Amino acid sequence: MTDSTESADSTDTTNRRTGLMALAWAWVGVPFAYGVYQLFLKLTQLFSG
Amino acid sequence: MPPAALSVHLAIGQAYAWSVFKPPLESSLGLSGTQSALPFQLGIVMLGLSAAFGGTLVERNGPRWAMFVSMACFSSGFLLSALGVATGQYWLVVLGYGFVGGIGLGIGYISPVSTLIKWFPDRPGMATGIAIMGFGGGALIASPWSAQMLDSFGTGTGGIATTFVVHGVVYAVFMSMGVLLVRVPADGWAPKGWRPSEAATRRLVTTADVSARNAIRTPQFYLLWLVLCLNVTAGIGILEKAAPMIVDFFSGTSMPVAAGAAAGFVALLSLANMAGRFGWSSTSDLIGRKNMYRVYLGVGALLYLAIALAGDTSKPLFIICALGILSFYGGGFATVPAYLKDLFGTYEVGAIHGRLLTAWSTAGVLGPLIINAIADGQEAAGRSGPALYTTSLYIMIGLLAVGFVANELIRPVHEKHHERPRQENVAGKGQTV
Repeated sequence: MTDSTESADSTDTTNRRTGLMALAWAWVGVPFAYGVYQLFLKLTQLFSG
Repeated sequence: MPPAALSVHLAIGQAYAWSVFKPPLESSLGLSGTQSALPFQLGIVMLGLSAAFGGTLVERNGPRWAMFVSMACFSSGFLLSALGVATGQYWLVVLGYGFVGGIGLGIGYISPVSTLIKWFPDRPGMATGIAIMGFGGGALIASPWSAQMLDSFGTGTGGIATTFVVHGVVYAVFMSMGVLLVRVPADGWAPKGWRPSEAATRRLVTTADVSARNAIRTPQFYLLWLVLCLNVTAGIGILEKAAPMIVDFFSGTSMPVAAGAAAGFVALLSLANMAGRFGWSSTSDLIGRKNMYRVYLGVGALLYLAIALAGDTSKPLFIICALGILSFYGGGFATVPAYLKDLFGTYEVGAIHGRLLTAWSTAGVLGPLIINAIADGQEAAGRSGPALYTTSLYIMIGLLAVGFVANELIRPVHEKHHERPRQENVAGKGQTV
């Protein structure tokens, strides 16, 4: 295998890993953000109630 | 690894949103409040028991197996409950959500702990703080989501059963991401430039290993059990009665608190609980676990004292003190796996953590019992306002003081309990050695 092929493979692996990381964090981050948003809606009652 | 851990903890954290199902279950199946609480109560008991007795299995079979078992139990618990509601057999709901689902809670709670500590030996407090913050966040997601689903499907038996089926399926898919992604680091893995011997410069941090069987023979385990139990009891004291407490404290003043504002106060406490899990646990990596618990227990007692002495004179003072107490409550949960790792090493830290969680089950009974019994007694004696809670507050201060002493008594584990000499990692670039 040539150096340039190895380098391309390594870049591919890094890109795949970054994509997987982003997907994994979005998987848990989106529902969590929904929960925190709903919490803030309730929180406003403390200052308006 | 953190998203894998979060996918499990965010799911099983749903347990704290069970109250959403109580009113529709009561009206559609003709249940009392006590009966409708049974699935949750059994679930929490099973959490403690399965974590205690399943911890060794989790260590032996690994986090993927544990997360799969947790997913299977938690999801099928919902599906069994759906069948129970649809056929009018409430015992199936108790068995499904409480017993089967409860096993999923316990195994799921401890499933990522040991692996996270192994991936992040340099920042174990932060790593476990993220996961255990997820458990707090689970109810934040489930509470509005479940309520919305009941609105859509209806609050009759058909609507509740459909809601349970959707929960079972969605949580199975959500948790499967954790099952697929979780990885155990290779033996001897270390973050770049990190040396275990350097991390062990603090007196309580060991590089030795203690098995779960030996750990429960040490005084350190029981002292830490007491510390966790008393810290949780004190936090639950506020959490359990937060809404009526703030209303009662300011009922006789010129600044009464409305029911809507009390609900906002409860939401604020949830936020403090969650933030404490991540924030304080991460701080413990910097200042050490023993010092962190000195803050939880010592400053916590002072905050309780401030509420008891002057809580009804100032709303901001009351709110700030309650927030501090709740953040320490969350922090106590999240910091304990790292404390165990410091004392007993990483060898079977998940199993030891599982056994320690019986302190949580005990506190879950003790805290509400103290605060409810005393408030009811004071009310029967004709008292009102802050007087309903004063005695409970002083009891909580006493419990925190006992916890503080227990924390002070924690010393390094004696060498006779060490499992085997541990091979020193040759610190490298995140590679195995």
